[in-house]
Amino acid sequence: MSKRELRNLAGKSLVGILCAITAGMLIVFLYGIFSRGIGVLSWEFISQPPRSGMTEGGIFPAIVGTFWLTLLSIAIALPMGILCAIYLYSYGRPLWFVKLVKLAINTLVGIPSIIYGLFGMAVFVNMLSLDVSLISGALTLAILALPLIINAAEEALQGVPKDFTEASIALGAPISKTILRVVLPTAMPNILTGTIISIGRVAGETAPIMFTAATFYSRRLPSSLSHEVMALPYHIFALMTEGSKGSLQAPIAYGSAVVLLLMVLGVSSIAIIIRYRFRRNKQW
Amino acid sequence: MQIMEKSFKTLSYIAALFSIAAVFGIILSIFLEGLPLFKVVSIQEFIWGNAWYPTHGEAPQFGIRNLLIGSVYATLGALVIAVPLGLGSAIFISEIATPRLREIAKPAVELLAAIPSVVYGLFGMAILAPFIRELFDLSTGLNLLSTSIILGLMVVPIIASMSEDALSTVPKHMREASLALGATQWETITGVVLPAARSGIVGSVLQGFGRAIGETMVVLMVAGGSAQIPGSIFESLRPLTSTIAAEMGETVMGDLHYRSLFAIAIVLFLITFVTNLVAELVFLKRRLK
Amino acid sequence: MRKFTIILLILTLAIGFAYAKKNQITCSGSTTVLPIAQAGAEAYMDAHPDVNISVRGGGSGVGIAALQNGTVQIANSSRPIKSKEVSACKAKGINPTPYAVANDGIAIVVHKSNHVKDLSVAQIKDIYTGKISNWKELGGASLPIVIVSRDVASGTFEVFNEKALNGAKVVASAQLLASNNAVVSAVESTPGAIGYAGLGYITPEVNIVSVERVTPSTSTVKDGSYKLSRKLYMYTNGKATGDVGSFIGWLQSAAGQKIVEEQGFISIR
Repeated sequence: MSKRELRNLAGKSLVGILCAITAGMLIVFLYGIFSRGIGVLSWEFISQPPRSGMTEGGIFPAIVGTFWLTLLSIAIALPMGILCAIYLYSYGRPLWFVKLVKLAINTLVGIPSIIYGLFGMAVFVNMLSLDVSLISGALTLAILALPLIINAAEEALQGVPKDFTEASIALGAPISKTILRVVLPTAMPNILTGTIISIGRVAGETAPIMFTAATFYSRRLPSSLSHEVMALPYHIFALMTEGSKGSLQAPIAYGSAVVLLLMVLGVSSIAIIIRYRFRRNKQW
Repeated sequence: MQIMEKSFKTLSYIAALFSIAAVFGIILSIFLEGLPLFKVVSIQEFIWGNAWYPTHGEAPQFGIRNLLIGSVYATLGALVIAVPLGLGSAIFISEIATPRLREIAKPAVELLAAIPSVVYGLFGMAILAPFIRELFDLSTGLNLLSTSIILGLMVVPIIASMSEDALSTVPKHMREASLALGATQWETITGVVLPAARSGIVGSVLQGFGRAIGETMVVLMVAGGSAQIPGSIFESLRPLTSTIAAEMGETVMGDLHYRSLFAIAIVLFLITFVTNLVAELVFLKRRLK
Repeated sequence: MRKFTIILLILTLAIGFAYAKKNQITCSGSTTVLPIAQAGAEAYMDAHPDVNISVRGGGSGVGIAALQNGTVQIANSSRPIKSKEVSACKAKGINPTPYAVANDGIAIVVHKSNHVKDLSVAQIKDIYTGKISNWKELGGASLPIVIVSRDVASGTFEVFNEKALNGAKVVASAQLLASNNAVVSAVESTPGAIGYAGLGYITPEVNIVSVERVTPSTSTVKDGSYKLSRKLYMYTNGKATGDVGSFIGWLQSAAGQKIVEEQGFISIR
């Protein structure tokens, strides 16, 4: 074997090994969490509030809290995000303004989540006196989700063939109608998958809700926007750090982690599958 | 009709304005809350001071040097792990793997990027740290090494998926030309594909850097929290983010300690903003080509 | 799609207003008081199903700030309120009123294998300020001391800092952990470690060191002969009345104090 062939083989094996190490580490990680948490899962665990000083019972209020936080924040961010993407896609003037918007979006993507938490605390909780509540948390998370949704929506809109728009406009339809009737419906599956992926991100965030929405223990389910809520990611953190009975509470933390992982990974897989199907069936 | 058109345009314009307002709101709020600190503590003292005793009775000290260096160490440690693994995986998936394997690997990488950081923190705190402590016979497993491993693991999917995107945009004919000239596949990868995708790869590493330095839950749970410059990879550290998260709850609203935590947020914001801007310029360079 | 989200929003609001009437008590603050407040809330709610009590951590400062802003009815605190906080409250027309709900001793803990049984306050100070760095200087095995402390902002640290350290600065190499629980588990797994935590958090997996020959116990904490003891408080705005008053009253009663003791703290009765 020549030296070059040998190097070829060595190089290819190297990246193969690196990929295998990555996969191996991630498998160890997932196995570590699942093997400790899966045994905790039961109907009682997902349908009951915590009992006996947070050492028994379930995590139902935390699941419901995370559900509402996620749903509300996406409900706020989605229309906003789509409209913003439409602006970038169809009006796009003046240019300096578009550049500024894009810079803003990119900045938002890069801001650490703890800063979102501080912002939410300073503005929603304190300044607007919304207190630590479902709505403070949802607004904070909505701003965190906004750039993700804008980016997904803009990419989806760009993916719609120009022929479609041109045909519609040539037929005399105004821009608004063209967008609402032609572009948006065509782009919707891609917008939705992008949104679903950001749902996964929002549901798992801890730092932004620490000071804006999360509570350690509440038996009641959130029934008003002004209630503070338990939330899965915060519950995991709180049990591991604030709980007073480590050995009894760790299993609950692992169980909560498994539930959170299943929720987040489940939702993201759905998005990926939809997108895959959609791309394959694309007719143009 | 005209009204419909107008209002639609206005509505989308407002939404675009809102995204700018959000950024300004965030910047404004952290600066308004943080800047008053510098009336009392000089910027130099804040950045270069080596003592972080924000609650000390008579003479509180607000020097974040050790915290800043802690953040940088943890982030660099994470990149030392994540860059080879992420880039290697990206090359493997994009250039070497069979199409079938690629079909599975790409979405898998994307899925992994969605794992919540608190779950990584849980793993690091309860499983990895005790393991590291036993393995090296240390006094604590909550140290720079554990932090780097967990942060690295978290950043791998980001670097892998973005680098993979960059590699797959390199036109096929460049590879074919190189192979036709008699280059081996490895020579094609290192000599043609990687240079062509360079800017995208650098961008992915910068994004990984931004993500790691801004990560809170992992460092809060795994770093150990000593406000010192770690002398070795086996010592504890206290990055900027975990300082904010751990102490914000205990401050008196509006006092110096509260302001100093917002001032840390300003530093953190500036770091990520610049990193992001540079990453963006790298990408823009590619777009202009 | 937008219609769909709007409908969802309206639905949420509708559900919200339909059920928002229940009697609600929110308490927030010290993580040390957290187990008492949580277990107390659980038992109280079992007896009074029409009341809901939500318990949040955060820290003593957060609790008092929230009381000051009128967003909680009860602020849990592991230290007496500071004069700065009192004046901030007064400025907003809030009159913080303390209710002691438990006694707590801050126990000094070391690893199971450590033979050091007693430390003086001066020795503890020397350890935490870095003057003593090896257990052999204290009559133990030759082993570097690993200092474990709480975050400098926590109520537990403040009391420890005042009563054991006299306000001296903890050496920078000390691990600063976010909770009592984290401190105890760190000491449990580290042969050279020393740490401190509220009595409620001490597990049998660590050794308690006596301070000035006094072991923290029910009687030594109650009569104050144990140096590192303190009271845990719930603060309310003015005199606690209504549901809040009956909750705190119940917590101070024999039935409530039984829960306090179950959580590892010491009764005030």
